Amino acid sequence: MNRLIDCFVQTLAIKREQVTLNLTYQSIPEWDSVGHMALVGEIENTFNVTLDTDDIIGMSDVAKAVEILRKHGVALNAIA
Amino acid sequence: MLLPDKVALITGASRGIGKAIAEAFVAHGASVVLVARSESIHPFAESLKQGGGKATAIRGDVNDEATVRECIKQCRSQHGRLDVLVNNAGAMPQAMIGMISMEEARQCFELNVMAMVNLTQYAARMMKAPASIVNLASIASRGVAGMSVYSATKGAVVGFTLAAAKELGPRGIRVNAIAPGFIDTDMTRGLPPEIHQRTIAGIRLGRMGQAREVANAAVFLGSEFSSYINGQVLGVDGGMQA
Repeated sequence: MNRLIDCFVQTLAIKREQVTLNLTYQSIPEWDSVGHMALVGEIENTFNVTLDTDDIIGMSDVAKAVEILRKHGVALNAIA
Repeated sequence: MLLPDKVALITGASRGIGKAIAEAFVAHGASVVLVARSESIHPFAESLKQGGGKATAIRGDVNDEATVRECIKQCRSQHGRLDVLVNNAGAMPQAMIGMISMEEARQCFELNVMAMVNLTQYAARMMKAPASIVNLASIASRGVAGMSVYSATKGAVVGFTLAAAKELGPRGIRVNAIAPGFIDTDMTRGLPPEIHQRTIAGIRLGRMGQAREVANAAVFLGSEFSSYINGQVLGVDGGMQA
């Protein structure tokens, strides 16, 4: 999860311990719509994927982000 | 050079204003990813490379999701980033009210508006400050008789540009539009001579514009020379009366 956590930490400017599988979109001020777009861009660049619009809209929490990355063929060990 | 080491994605780049923008961007040091429906985009990109430029060609329709994704994929894989997006691809149907084909109207909105919205969404995610999006509007956004659908789409381009500038500005992505007037391109060459004469009579500079003159504005808005310009519509029309 480290690389994915890095994406959240860097783009949302939050602490690592805040990034849990249960962290949800708009549950903290930093993860607003503007932060969401930056986050998605960082995830795409980090994992070299291009997400669908439906993925982006559906990325409602960290667990969902993991699920979406796996759908795009990113192995769990790569996420880590 | 105004665009050294910048990476730019330019749509509708095989002819007219888009082609001129691609040439100008390369001349100013940018690496370009070019997309167009015409097969001629490939030899055009080759000619830019032979001249020492860095160009990648994608043949496809920006209405097609797969083409849009390929554009972003090429920017990411070839350059690892995207600094400037030029939403230029467009269609200019003409029909008086009562004679408008709804299918043609839908296609015009799909290309002139929806494709711009979609590509902007993809590009904005990849962009990091400082970045710039340049949308091609038109003086027709003020309304041109016989081009009501085209005028409506360009009005939408302006509205989208102004909203996007507000949304993306905080991320260091500037969004501006260029509103060309009567420019000498394949599209305008097809207009009847009487329309040419009447239109030129209403231009303060007394002549049509050249595609490279629009391209110069795109270079400016794409570059850091316009670093404090956001949410503006720059007329490149010779002082044209609409």
